[in-house]
Amino acid sequence: MTATELGMPGLDGVPTTDVAQTKKEFSSDQEVRWCPGCGDYAVLAAVQGFLPDLGLARENIVFISGIGCAARFPYYMNTYGLHSIHGRAPAIATGLAASRPDLSVWVVTGDGDALSIGGNHLMHALRRNVNMTILLFNNRIYGLTKGQYSPTSEQGKITKSTPMGSLDAPFNPISLALGAEATFVARTIDSDRAHLTSVLHAAAAHRGTSLVEIYQNCNIFNDGAFEILKNRDTREEVLIRLEHGEPVRFGANAEHGIRRNPNTAGLEVCGGDDPAVVVHDAQAPDPSRAFALSRLADPGTLARTPIGIFRQVERPTYGDLMNDQVDQAVATQGPGDLAGLLHGGDTWTVE
Amino acid sequence: MTAKEVRELDRVVIRFAGDSGDGMQLTGDRFTAETASFGNDLSTLPNFPAEIRAPAGTLPGVSSFQLHFADHDILTPGDAPDVLVAMNPAALKANLADLPKGATIIADTAEFTSRALKKVGYTSNPLEDGSLASYKVHAVDLTGMTMKALEPFGLSRKEASRSKNMFALGLLSWMYGRSIDGTVTFLQSKFATKAAIRDANISAVKAGWNYGETTEDFAVSYQIKPAPTPPGTYRNITGNTALSYGLVAASRQSSLPLFLGSYPITPASDILHEMSKHKKFGVRTFQAEDEIAGVGAALGASFGGSLGVTTTSGPGVALKSETVGLAVALELPLIIVDVQRGGPSTGLPTKTEQADLLQAMFGRNSEAPTPIVAPASPADCFEMALEAARIAVTYRTPVFLLSDGYLANGSEPWAIPDVETLPTIDPGFATEPNHHSDDSAEFWPYLRDPQTLARPWAIPGTAGLEHRVGGLEKADGTGNVSYDPTNHDYMVRTRQAKVDGVDVPDLEVDDPTGDARLLVLGWGSTYGPIGAGVRRARRAGHSVAQAHLRYLNPLPANTGEILHRYERVLLPEMNLGQLAMLLRARYLIDIIGYNQVRGLPFKAEELADIIMKEDDQL
Ligand SMILES: Cc1ncc(C[n+]2csc(CCOP(=O)(O)OP(=O)(O)O)c2C)c(N)n1
Ligand code: SF4
Ligand SMILES: [Mg+2]
Repeated sequence: MTATELGMPGLDGVPTTDVAQTKKEFSSDQEVRWCPGCGDYAVLAAVQGFLPDLGLARENIVFISGIGCAARFPYYMNTYGLHSIHGRAPAIATGLAASRPDLSVWVVTGDGDALSIGGNHLMHALRRNVNMTILLFNNRIYGLTKGQYSPTSEQGKITKSTPMGSLDAPFNPISLALGAEATFVARTIDSDRAHLTSVLHAAAAHRGTSLVEIYQNCNIFNDGAFEILKNRDTREEVLIRLEHGEPVRFGANAEHGIRRNPNTAGLEVCGGDDPAVVVHDAQAPDPSRAFALSRLADPGTLARTPIGIFRQVERPTYGDLMNDQVDQAVATQGPGDLAGLLHGGDTWTVE
Repeated sequence: MTAKEVRELDRVVIRFAGDSGDGMQLTGDRFTAETASFGNDLSTLPNFPAEIRAPAGTLPGVSSFQLHFADHDILTPGDAPDVLVAMNPAALKANLADLPKGATIIADTAEFTSRALKKVGYTSNPLEDGSLASYKVHAVDLTGMTMKALEPFGLSRKEASRSKNMFALGLLSWMYGRSIDGTVTFLQSKFATKAAIRDANISAVKAGWNYGETTEDFAVSYQIKPAPTPPGTYRNITGNTALSYGLVAASRQSSLPLFLGSYPITPASDILHEMSKHKKFGVRTFQAEDEIAGVGAALGASFGGSLGVTTTSGPGVALKSETVGLAVALELPLIIVDVQRGGPSTGLPTKTEQADLLQAMFGRNSEAPTPIVAPASPADCFEMALEAARIAVTYRTPVFLLSDGYLANGSEPWAIPDVETLPTIDPGFATEPNHHSDDSAEFWPYLRDPQTLARPWAIPGTAGLEHRVGGLEKADGTGNVSYDPTNHDYMVRTRQAKVDGVDVPDLEVDDPTGDARLLVLGWGSTYGPIGAGVRRARRAGHSVAQAHLRYLNPLPANTGEILHRYERVLLPEMNLGQLAMLLRARYLIDIIGYNQVRGLPFKAEELADIIMKEDDQL
């Protein structure tokens, strides 16, 4: 069966194996060097744990990262890997993915890597819809450089570089991705293994650029940044789990819901039994609703944070279109003939 | 009517000049194409403003195309025009200073209105006030006659007058005995879907030709015999086209699909344009969001087993530096084409310069050596593109190819090589584990070839060779991240040794009498002007040797020996002495620099003067 028939068009063209794989086979022999307690460990374990389920030939998987704590990720994967330079991983992965449709390409990046120095590349990768999955480890801080505020830090954040508080408003990566024409946009949390795995699955299955924002705890420089979303006592009141086709409700007993605000284009909280509670449609061609969902979260406290898949729509990928043009040129003009090319135009012969 | 006199000449330099909207580049291209097929040797120099449509009729808006053609082998587009075609007062004013006394001026009188004259500061009409008495002036109503010839086509005045460049082309073609058949065919296909414009332009060319034949104003036409050239099939080619073809050839000769990541920038964009036409060769072109993404995508493609190429000019190289450094660390093939232009910063986008040598050589953090090659002429761009690919693939390294604006847009006849004789490039992908111990076989990505010091290139999809590379320092052999001081020192020296050991051909010296005491050295696009200057000096009785470097890093092994062989070394460069600085440091030899950064190639005459002056002092 092809990957498409299995519901995984994103992996179409990538060779598979019938041999059962294990998590261990996906772990490299390199010692993992994140700080003890770092959220990156949980993501690594989840990725190593779920990749065997895809049944892909391990040699056809490539992890490409930029720079940052999270960006060390490829060294720990027993696949092909490229630890590149700060912010540029989406660009490098674009060249690889577009020229090698037989590879499953993964980008690992941080909030600084993806949204600060590499913002331009992220934006354009999403717009082009290059077939790859981008794991954006958002710890709302610069970890590797020891704790400066990042483009996702809440305004007023006190850090080494902002002793009186940061001045700039943060990016909402989901809103940004939706604005950049992304076809797959999701958010998940490092500590929720089941949710993380299901989102990774869907992201891999998607053909095009899948952006997965992963809330990741940096226990050294921004500990507890997502505590409100993780703590049993608080999370039900603030976390909104999006399920395609399901009404958007939250609260321990689903006592809250989300409905359209008739006066604005946005969404607002209502009672869980309000008949106007919206039904989540990740596949809606129009991204407005997904965008409105992404705006629910309070950028400071993270109250009313939706997680799950915001948007999942089909659009031809850059690489497929590029390769189609190559195929079409060969089909209509025949394969390239170098002598013919060199002798094209006006020539003359001296006997 | 009696037949007109035909005079024989050995060479002519023509300059077509007009507004940037007057189609001077096209006119020049067509005259060049006819001249090339006729068999003259030739060399061209387009010169145009950075603005697409600078205000009409102004000096900054003047665009020109110079063509030098001869019955013998020539090296430059010529120092000074013998004939200037001036489509308006601005074109006359901007170019007059370059004309030697006695040169011919053909001017379009229709454009010499009082308004147009005033715009460029003429208080009286130079075509009438006697100020051009020392030139042969043909004041011709090119526009009026074009409109007249096109009357039957029912075009608007504006549309009809647009064909005046074709009228001028027809006239010049008659004067120099060029055929217009090729131009007619060209116009037929260019305007295939616009019948009225096609027919109008064809009529204009023919009208221009017929005018020359019948008018009393032009009593003489000229003949320049074909130049004796070795047998072969030739075409005229610009540097950017030759470079593009060289890249396509490199892809074929290495069996690597080519991936070009690029961001538009003058004067390199035409390579992106050209390459994007060659998809049937498996060429993938990617117009990136910026130069960093262009080189990044090319490097990503290289990681996957493509021939990764990025094309740009100096400002783009500045943006790419960090990624080139990454490629040095990853030790993957990558070609960086820098079509140099005047700088710093945006500088002179459409003018030539060769001041990026040190940027290519050193413009990265830390010790990040890269090989550098530089073509000597437009046609040489083909061979040097192949050479850049050979070095990049063989040694797993980024390679700079330094072209420049003069090579990019200039053209010359090219003896088309037999594709069967082109060298093959073996990518030699790793397919097997390369490190064996008692109980295991592993793949070590930094276990080098002892000969070339190149590391193995194992591409994703190769089972059993999964590995990680990156910008962090690697342990020799295993390629694992290593902070070990001794290892780092070793790796820095080894990367340098690898580049130093790149196999490049010896430097050849042209010293026909064998008794020269002065060596004139050059690199890049100065080859033509230096060669022409050297010829003049020799004709004036000087013994002068010439050598030209096409490999700048590493330098050919015999470079030092050759430099020391001569009493004096003169090095003209279109920068303030960049190669001179490298050679002085490396060989402890005093180099006499001759440096100009005027955005234009050297003139043969000025170089001849300098060469003779230096030789006289010996
Ligand atoms: C060109 C460049 N500029 C700056 C740095 C320093 N630097 C490394 S990582 C980093 C920020 C990383 O933050 P983030 O992407 O959020 O990753 P994290 O460490 O938090 O996982 C910076 C500024 C660099 N490596 N390269
Ligand atoms: S600094 Fe923070 S993000 Fe980096 S490894 Fe330590 S805990 Fe993780
Ligand atoms: Mg971070």
